[in-house]
Amino acid sequence: MAISTVDLQAAAGEAAPSPRPAKRQKFRFISNGKTLAGLIILGFYVLLAIFGPILSPYDPDARGSDLISPPTSAHWFGTTHLGQDIFSQVLSGARGVVYVGLLAGVVATVLAVIIGVSSGYLANSGGEALSALSNVFLVIPALPLIIIVASILPSVSNTVIGLVIGLTSWAWGARVLRAQTLSLRGRDYVDAAKATGESTWRIIFFELLPNLTAVIASGFVGTVIFAVLSEITLAFIGVSDPTDWNWGTILFWAQSQQALAQGAWWWFVPAGLAIAILGTALSLLNFGIDEIVNPRLRSAGRIKGKTVRMRIGFTPVLGKDNR
Amino acid sequence: MSYLLKRIAFYIFTAWAAITINFFVPRLIPGDPVQALISKERGQLNADAVHSLYVLFGLDKQQPLWQQYLDYWGQLLHGDLGLSFTFFPSPVSEVISSSLPWTLALVGITTVCSFLLGTGLGVLAGWRRGSWVDLVLPVTTFLSSVPYFWFGLIMIELLAGPDSIFPSSGGYDPGVTPGWDIDFIGSAVQHSLLPALTILISSMSGWILSMRNMMVTVSSEDYITVAHAKGLSDRRVMLGYAARNALLPNVSGFALSLGLIVGGTLLVEIVFSYPGVGFQLFQAVGAKDYPLMQGIFLIITLSVLAANFIADLAYLVLDPRTRKEG
Repeated sequence: MAISTVDLQAAAGEAAPSPRPAKRQKFRFISNGKTLAGLIILGFYVLLAIFGPILSPYDPDARGSDLISPPTSAHWFGTTHLGQDIFSQVLSGARGVVYVGLLAGVVATVLAVIIGVSSGYLANSGGEALSALSNVFLVIPALPLIIIVASILPSVSNTVIGLVIGLTSWAWGARVLRAQTLSLRGRDYVDAAKATGESTWRIIFFELLPNLTAVIASGFVGTVIFAVLSEITLAFIGVSDPTDWNWGTILFWAQSQQALAQGAWWWFVPAGLAIAILGTALSLLNFGIDEIVNPRLRSAGRIKGKTVRMRIGFTPVLGKDNR
Repeated sequence: MSYLLKRIAFYIFTAWAAITINFFVPRLIPGDPVQALISKERGQLNADAVHSLYVLFGLDKQQPLWQQYLDYWGQLLHGDLGLSFTFFPSPVSEVISSSLPWTLALVGITTVCSFLLGTGLGVLAGWRRGSWVDLVLPVTTFLSSVPYFWFGLIMIELLAGPDSIFPSSGGYDPGVTPGWDIDFIGSAVQHSLLPALTILISSMSGWILSMRNMMVTVSSEDYITVAHAKGLSDRRVMLGYAARNALLPNVSGFALSLGLIVGGTLLVEIVFSYPGVGFQLFQAVGAKDYPLMQGIFLIITLSVLAANFIADLAYLVLDPRTRKEG
């Protein structure tokens, strides 16, 4: 689980160093290599989610005569114990994964913004109570709670799983947003807005929220990573939408049919790699956001093969002879 | 002291909240799960057990909610978590106490090790930024996005086998009897190597990344410049000045995310059929064993609270500012 520095600093209650206004540059977001790579991979997954079920060569449920066959030209990722085509299962599974991830991310982010910003901005007992609430939800282990709630519900659809994950995983974002709001609350421009008689809601929506965009975005991406991993884990232990395939379901069957003992590596490797690459793409996106918020993290990289050491003031001054 | 008292109050409050959640969640189940169970057990349940189940599930409709709540607390304080369906007729508390030591040893030790190792490597990666150490970053990013249990499968595929020293499943050799002797402990350690390695590798990467980023951020502070200007050795500046300050947010981040980490690592046990709480949770979900699930959730939450408290104490030692007030 990668935790971005901004979050960590904010969550720990340390004042994040405020970035100095750089020269304005449009689409700085895209010009960052990590972000770009993340966005491209993510775009591919979204396409997969939309078109995957159409593209899949077989019906993922259809049984075939080739049982547990290794990858062949007919079955690119091999087949299961029932002769089902794993390539089709992976393709059809993308939709459920992306849908649940996005749904949970949106639900959790909306909750985090409402609870985090209001607990940071309202300096009364209500704010304190909301802060205590998010701390409680932060400490209670989310995954076991999700497992229990999801397995007790009578029918599990993807929407239900997304909602359960979203409703239980907003606390980290809320805490980070609260810390950030607390530090923004005392700034001059907020005082100025108060002095000109702006209403509380206007201050929150037009003065505070635009300055919290990066933190909200990074929280959203982080929650999507968590939601995808949670959903896969749920499906892996057998709590999933029975009518739909997702990558966790594939792993569930691989595990319960002893794929390992049969040496059927093709059964669990593709689904796991798909999850890992999706997670990596989302993490890359988060690093990009991190570097925008905290310019010190921008990778100076290697300068002509020379190592940049953390020397005086971390201003890599390179002489003509490259020092 | 006031910091510590505040934390203790917070943990008591959270424990209460977790128990209360645990009280309300089963009330979401529609229908009568106890009746279904009684018919499944074909009258093997005695009246006491049935009553205890009814209290647990909140189906004791004659009583008002607050009375049910008090009864529930009464049961809990007696250590009565109900009867497990899968391991019938053992009580849940007995089932959990047989698996808890396994999990505490495996998950506890590996979580602490992964934090310490990851932080150490993060210090190096942050300090030597721009060198070959940066190549570690893409690898760690990838590893931190992998589900723990899938990584476990890969580890078994790659490392375990008929002639490997790593057993692929179980907590100890079926041939040895559990007890405090060399044979058993040796076998238990051997069986825990592969799960421990899995958790270590996949959870460490997150700490490397966050510590590296903290180091990079801290490295441009004025006090680092001053330390260099004073002519202190590079090593001393790195450890005593940069790492010392970069560590604080990482430790509180560790405390905050314990709940998230533990949830993921528990499930590694499933892949290895390791006789711990996570594997039991898996069995309970499969068998719809609600009392066991609830009991496990409660125990995990309380353990995480305790671990959190220890992390808080560590923070107290590391950050003098928290000790100054009061």
